[in-house]
Amino acid sequence: MKWFNVLFILVVLQATNVFAATEILTFDSDELRNRYTELTFQFRCPKCQNQNVADSNAPISLDIRQKTYEMLHQGYSDQEIVDFMVDRYTEFVIYKPQMSIVTIWLWIVPAVLLISGLIILLTLTRRRVSAEEATLSEDEALRLKALMEDKS
Amino acid sequence: MKLKPLLVLPLVSVLVLFTIFGYVLVRGIDPRAVPSALTGDSLPDFKLSNLDDGKQFITRSDIVGQPMLVNIWATWCGSCKYEHPVLNSLAATGVRIIGINYKDERNLALKWLSEYADPYEVNVFDPNGDLGFDLGVTGAPETFFVDSNGQVHYRYQGPITDTIWQTQLKAIFDEMV
Repeated sequence: MKWFNVLFILVVLQATNVFAATEILTFDSDELRNRYTELTFQFRCPKCQNQNVADSNAPISLDIRQKTYEMLHQGYSDQEIVDFMVDRYTEFVIYKPQMSIVTIWLWIVPAVLLISGLIILLTLTRRRVSAEEATLSEDEALRLKALMEDKS
Repeated sequence: MKLKPLLVLPLVSVLVLFTIFGYVLVRGIDPRAVPSALTGDSLPDFKLSNLDDGKQFITRSDIVGQPMLVNIWATWCGSCKYEHPVLNSLAATGVRIIGINYKDERNLALKWLSEYADPYEVNVFDPNGDLGFDLGVTGAPETFFVDSNGQVHYRYQGPITDTIWQTQLKAIFDEMV
């Protein structure tokens, strides 16, 4: 084996070493594993900027992952686990906002904007259509008709 | 040219967004700041061993009674070392400080306290960070301002310095006393 092959393998192995920093977990069922993946993906790391808990190596993210894992195996529902985290780390810790009086606007405003946009679009097109119809006077209509008949 | 109100709408909405973002930028809102769920709430229950004596347990009712600072610290935490002399001087002026030794090793923590002096009335040993989790701790150091009823008034993240104590935190503590 040539020396650069050895070097290449060493570099690749080194890389796998670096990215295998997360813990290895065994799940009782695939359903639990999927819920775990989804939950940790939605939790936001309180210590790091713009990283979710699944992606982060901060000690606090490790704790949140561990707690999620434990609670899933103790039979808690997703909502109960989310509430548990929010109780301790506030709404900051979740990327997917919970429906409340404060956050209801996140659903209302886009719908309102979409509907008002549609209304504006409709009125604008209607106005243009009626305006174009109005520009053709009776004389012009006759001339147009004559021209068309001429052609054919 | 007659200005159509509907054509001005995009410009207006962009200006509004610009104002909002500009305001946030100028105000300098810290994106790192995590709100504390515990502020305004009661200190959670716990039962953990005393750092000095592994056989003795400390509960919430053992420490609640007088206004205090609950300080999360660890020997692995660099800024705790930086904060330590400030805590020492605060304790000397009569501020009651309860320590929570967070995710640490007992012998290292005891060595630290004997080397750098001990500002804590008592130290709760929390090797797994269980109490820390219930407090919503994201890292060390963190300090909770707890009144005589066990209500948390304020949470400060990061090392307390003399300046920060004098300018911000002292007023919060004095309000509880």
